[in-house]
Amino acid sequence: MSITISNISKSYKNVKALQDISFEVKENELFGLIGPDGAGKTTLFRILTTLLIANEGTATVAGFDVISDYKMIRNSVGYMPGKFSLYQDLTVEENLNFFATIFGTTIEENYDLIKDIYVQIEPFKDRRAGKLSGGMKQKLALCCALIHKPKVLFLDEPTTGVDPVSRKEFWDMLKRLQQKGITILVSTPYMDEAALCDRIALIQAGKILEIDTPKAIVKHYSKPIYNVRANNMYQLINSLNDYEYNHSVYPFGEFVHYTDKRADFNQKELKMYLETKNLTDIEIEKTIATIEDTFMELAK
Amino acid sequence: MNHNKVIQVEGLTKMFGDFTAVNAITFDIEKGEIFGFLGANGAGKTTAMKMLIGISNPTSGKANVAGFNVFTNAEDIKKNIGYMSQKFALYDDLTVKENITFFGGIYGLSIKRIKEKSEILIQELGLEKVANTLVGSLPLGWKQKLSFSVSLIHDPKIVFLDEPTGGVDPITRRQFWEMIYKAANQGTTVFVTTHYMDEAEYCDRVSIMVNGKIEALDTPKKLKEKFKAANMNDVFLKLARG
Amino acid sequence: MKRFIGFIKKEFYHIFRDRRSLFILFGMPIAQILLFGFAITNEINNVDIAILDHSKDATTKEIINKISASKYFSIKQIVTREADIASVFQKGHVKAVLNFEKDFSKNLIKEHKASVQIITDATDPNTANTISNYINAILLQYQKELNKDITITYQIVSETRMVYNPELKSVYMFVPGVMTIILMLVSAMMTSISITREKELGTMEILLVSPLKPFQVIVGKVFSYIFLSIINAVVIVMLSIFIFKMPVQGSLFLLALESILFIISALALGILISTISATQQTAMMISLMGLMLPVILLSGFIFPISSMPLPLQMISNIIPAKWFIIIIKGIMLKGVGLQFVWKETLILLGMTVLFIALSVKKYKIRLE
Repeated sequence: MSITISNISKSYKNVKALQDISFEVKENELFGLIGPDGAGKTTLFRILTTLLIANEGTATVAGFDVISDYKMIRNSVGYMPGKFSLYQDLTVEENLNFFATIFGTTIEENYDLIKDIYVQIEPFKDRRAGKLSGGMKQKLALCCALIHKPKVLFLDEPTTGVDPVSRKEFWDMLKRLQQKGITILVSTPYMDEAALCDRIALIQAGKILEIDTPKAIVKHYSKPIYNVRANNMYQLINSLNDYEYNHSVYPFGEFVHYTDKRADFNQKELKMYLETKNLTDIEIEKTIATIEDTFMELAK
Repeated sequence: MNHNKVIQVEGLTKMFGDFTAVNAITFDIEKGEIFGFLGANGAGKTTAMKMLIGISNPTSGKANVAGFNVFTNAEDIKKNIGYMSQKFALYDDLTVKENITFFGGIYGLSIKRIKEKSEILIQELGLEKVANTLVGSLPLGWKQKLSFSVSLIHDPKIVFLDEPTGGVDPITRRQFWEMIYKAANQGTTVFVTTHYMDEAEYCDRVSIMVNGKIEALDTPKKLKEKFKAANMNDVFLKLARG
Repeated sequence: MKRFIGFIKKEFYHIFRDRRSLFILFGMPIAQILLFGFAITNEINNVDIAILDHSKDATTKEIINKISASKYFSIKQIVTREADIASVFQKGHVKAVLNFEKDFSKNLIKEHKASVQIITDATDPNTANTISNYINAILLQYQKELNKDITITYQIVSETRMVYNPELKSVYMFVPGVMTIILMLVSAMMTSISITREKELGTMEILLVSPLKPFQVIVGKVFSYIFLSIINAVVIVMLSIFIFKMPVQGSLFLLALESILFIISALALGILISTISATQQTAMMISLMGLMLPVILLSGFIFPISSMPLPLQMISNIIPAKWFIIIIKGIMLKGVGLQFVWKETLILLGMTVLFIALSVKKYKIRLE
């Protein structure tokens, strides 16, 4: 096991940031921690990177205990904190050089590992880090976190505030790093990124809702889900919310995801009901649950 | 001027020195429409939006917002629009009520009107219990819903939302969108920028900016058909990668 | 060692790329010294005064001549009636009026005592005070000359003060104080700001999750600022020697050693401040309120400690700057050696060790 977490709890003053969290991350796994802001993702990352001490529970990273062996962990993990944490007034190259030096290595020594990523920012190596675009900053931060060839990589919301193109590139890079034998624990608030991980943990309000592979997690959703659309979204949502048999009503892009309380749900009945509400162009069709549906059902 | 068109933009351009941040963009937005304004980091979204809300002067082109010219009547525009951004929304060290009163005040609402409004608003959001609590101690989702309501306090014709739902949990995000639908249904035009491509699918129409130009503008459904993509994320990737 | 050099290199990039801190580092000392040297001064030059002479005899004439001969005063007006004094002040040019009593000479000879009233415009109390001191000094001087042949000796208090600063040059008094302030500012404030900036940026998190040991981070920060502070100290001393022609009586070597000691104690204070503040703003406020104000007000730089109320005198003892000012005044103005300032040096050394111990102990290896 690359990371083991058992019964970790952490509170700040009167806020319970983490409540009895336990899970394991296997060697060479790409593990996703999926949840909104304030769910406790950053706190967990800080405990695992030895920056915070949990109130209860134990954890190991790469075989080392997060409290007693914290120095060993600091030598063998790479960490990319939530907000951009590089020196804005240093150039790309100076930043990378600095982090290589403090980890007692050089850019050349581990160039293989970062090559794929670094070539993309190399044209801007003399630019100050503060003047890079969001996607570039994120790539530089990843290079800096990788420069000492860590065994385990911690990435705290690396794709927040980054556009879809850069996000896609970033996930491609993570996949390649995984092939090079690095264990990766990544957190994200974007549900659509969950599908890219080997396994995910859904986390909300300091509690783990579910842990499994992305494919298995959506199977846990037992109720049939229906895509509903009509000519007026707002009235559709209101009408569905007023419908006495509804179990859940969530807007989902151009549709509303609807589930019914009854086992013998009849689409025609719902359509007739919606027609009485003066809605037109009504479409109802069965659809499959997404990770987001699962998350909302569990968090309900 | 067509009264149903609350935003009319024609050839709007902004240059910074030699660099063209916004390159002759053209579009119209109708009353009550939810318009998604998408683009990669650095594509020119923020610059374009700043021109529309009257805080940045265009280099050339034409733009009418809420019936006012962005070149000559920027001050009138500000009175007729609401604005909410993820970065700055409310004062954390003021209570819910104080925030509402303050923002009502800067938009020139009468004391009586502010009182009415804040009662309605607090009741609608279910914030009765925390009305006198500091905003800083509220959960992020509540803050953002409150912030949206506050941006509508002066019944603006258009509300501009700059990445309003970043980091919010999925349920709260949906409640937020229900509020947006409600506002649009009551005739307020909603102009929203976002990085969440699934959120783009909630919009009536979306535009996608690439390198300062609007490369696509249509309903999400038609865009997906046109680009033969399963979702807006794929549409975006196809466009931005060229 | 390579790690350490890498760290220091980074620190210098920060310093030289931030115009604001560069300005504080090098602009401030120069500006302050020049400001204190030329503008804010206790010296007076060509102050306009008026005379109301009720006796008009030989003695008063001689005194008036003496006063007008000095470069400090010029006699602007002769007043004839007491009633006119108010209107003289109201015009604003005249800062003081000398009112000689009737039969000045006669009284002096008969009763060995004659009086002259010095009326000053106290809207600016500092200047008023200085003016009356100067006039008194001239009067005493004159008195001394008068009494030369007679065997009465006067205890002239102001004379002791003038021994080390015979021309009453205030810049000599200010240099040690300004140097103390600058070294304190650069060392404590800049270090605490630079450490808290890393906290704000989030880079501290990365530094903590790296093999760098806490003391390496501290020493790395400290080293760059020791270097800069020494340059500053040298600039200040050079400025005072070459621009204000201020003689440094004592050993420059001793001065340098004492300065380094003080710099280290200020740096340790800076680190201490950074451990209790989360943002650059807090660090700056604490440095300004907690360090600069006491240095300016309680160290004896501007207000003499001996004239403070007892509680304040006691507080002044825990301010390192007080001891440093005593030491460098001794070295620069009196030319004393270590045998005269060893006690103060020992106190300063003790404080420095304490601050370092505290800051190493308080420096956190984790985030909370």
